[in-house]
Amino acid sequence: MPDATGLELIAQRIRSSLGDEAVTGTSYSRGQATLDVAPAAVYDVLAYLSKGDEEPWRRLMSLHGVDYLPAEPRFGVHYQLLSMERCDRLNVRTRIGGDEPHLPTVIDLFPTVDYQEREVYDMFGVVFDGHPDMRRILLPEDYTGYPQRRDFPMGGEPVLFTFNENQYPRWYD
Amino acid sequence: MTDQDPLAVPYRERERSVTMERMGDQPVSGTDALLEDERHEELFTLNIGPHHPATHGVLRLLTTLEGEVVRDIKPIVGYVHTGIEKSCEDQQYWKVITFVERMDYLAYYFNATAYCMSVERLLDEEVPPRAQYLRVIHMELNRIASHLFALATGALDLGAITMLWWGCRDRDLVLDLFEMSSGQRMHPRYIQVGGVFEDIPPGWEKKVREFLAIMPTRLDQYEDLLDRNEIWLERLKGTGVISQERALELGVTGPLLRATGHPWDLRKAMPYSSYEQFEFDVPVGHFGDNYDRFKVRMDEMRESLKIVEQGLDGLPEGRYITSNRKVALPPRHELATSMEALIHHFKLVTEGFRVPPGETYVAIESPRGELGCYVLADGSAKPARLHMRDPSFVNLQSLPDMARDSLIADFIACVAMLDPILGGIDR
Repeated sequence: MPDATGLELIAQRIRSSLGDEAVTGTSYSRGQATLDVAPAAVYDVLAYLSKGDEEPWRRLMSLHGVDYLPAEPRFGVHYQLLSMERCDRLNVRTRIGGDEPHLPTVIDLFPTVDYQEREVYDMFGVVFDGHPDMRRILLPEDYTGYPQRRDFPMGGEPVLFTFNENQYPRWYD
Repeated sequence: MTDQDPLAVPYRERERSVTMERMGDQPVSGTDALLEDERHEELFTLNIGPHHPATHGVLRLLTTLEGEVVRDIKPIVGYVHTGIEKSCEDQQYWKVITFVERMDYLAYYFNATAYCMSVERLLDEEVPPRAQYLRVIHMELNRIASHLFALATGALDLGAITMLWWGCRDRDLVLDLFEMSSGQRMHPRYIQVGGVFEDIPPGWEKKVREFLAIMPTRLDQYEDLLDRNEIWLERLKGTGVISQERALELGVTGPLLRATGHPWDLRKAMPYSSYEQFEFDVPVGHFGDNYDRFKVRMDEMRESLKIVEQGLDGLPEGRYITSNRKVALPPRHELATSMEALIHHFKLVTEGFRVPPGETYVAIESPRGELGCYVLADGSAKPARLHMRDPSFVNLQSLPDMARDSLIADFIACVAMLDPILGGIDR
């Protein structure tokens, strides 16, 4: 992990090449470095970190969504960057609000995010603009709602069998 | 269109589900010379799965075929999605272990370890050295069991049914060890936050050493059975090739990446749970074909045997779980004499422990690659978000690249050697 000083240096390099607004903050806790990035600048920052930086982070290992409800902006998307040369990890985080959040896709920088961006869309409803195949991946195509949001109720879906299908007509309405 | 009599369309027209015109202008490589021939223009969509013995679970593969050549594959997943990540948000931290073990159901010790390590990092909890060694021993035994099952079912897909019986027979030896040490053959809930559930029982070490003595000869038998079998070699060598650069781009990890020659192993690169104290090699392949994947798994089992042996030899004395009573249950015998212990026990079981706010991502090397666990804690006794970066889910994206422009039979070999676990993919 880059230490707290290393993280500040990375943030400084990004600010000097992409502008001050790109990085909104840094946090270092429990040996883990997190870079907070403005949603509009996510693509540029990741492009800079993967190719342009003097210490590049070439691999993205995990992309996942979080719902920080009741904090605002409520949604977070994490990009876990990895440098196989330095055996080091960096977490890039962006926060977006609203009911239909949008983010630019990074699939041309990291082809590995194909399924993972679809999963975040599936579970949180974050739309990745420019993704070639922005559909649900784990849930059925006709599912309504985004179940990993914190305000989505736990359970509550009756299991339909032949004996009780008339008991719950159109339960999903 | 709707009132049109379907029978008015000629039979051949109806039969042609996907044609070159309807596919758009995507060029199909290697067929330029054949394009004039009407028969070769025809693409055929074949749905394999979700219920199919060669898909290792409920995986649906929408394949586009040209004759017997696979031109495109779209994996469709989600048939065993049970919302484990969502369910975990409603469970106390110590109950979540039961849930995460059921994600990748062949690598339960790894799921539990990844989860417990992330909670321990949030709690700043030290794990005693003995517990770390016991975790390593169990994880490596689990790796052997998982690779054996992958090999057994993979060989079954290719028609080598003997390997299924032999592989399951020897996997059972490992499961017997798990049963003896933790009470269950699968999903034992042995790894706990702060350590492991129990010290190993008397006689277990002897049993493990018997297994360590028997297993190398068994691995030799498998190699005699498969590695000299012409059908096996013909079907694996040179099929399903993926380049190292492409594998890295797609985020492929584990044996699949090492088969392309990249020695990336988190146990070596970023050691955790005292792996830095063990001596082992990281087997790699040369070409990144199916045969290399098979060989890497075989060699990894031998390395795992070495690690288990070193673990038993160097097993440190001391506690098997942290002495912090706010996290770990007090020993059973104390409950009869100590009021403090009883209160701690009661509080832990009813309320669970609280984890200070924060978030963390911990990655370990599972039998299939990087298994990452992300936990967001909001200060309560339940995680606010839990996400597993499952290696099968990410590795599956490489299947179209592996199997494109190969025969259906080779594509079955690719799925077999990819070793996807649908419980991990769908969660």
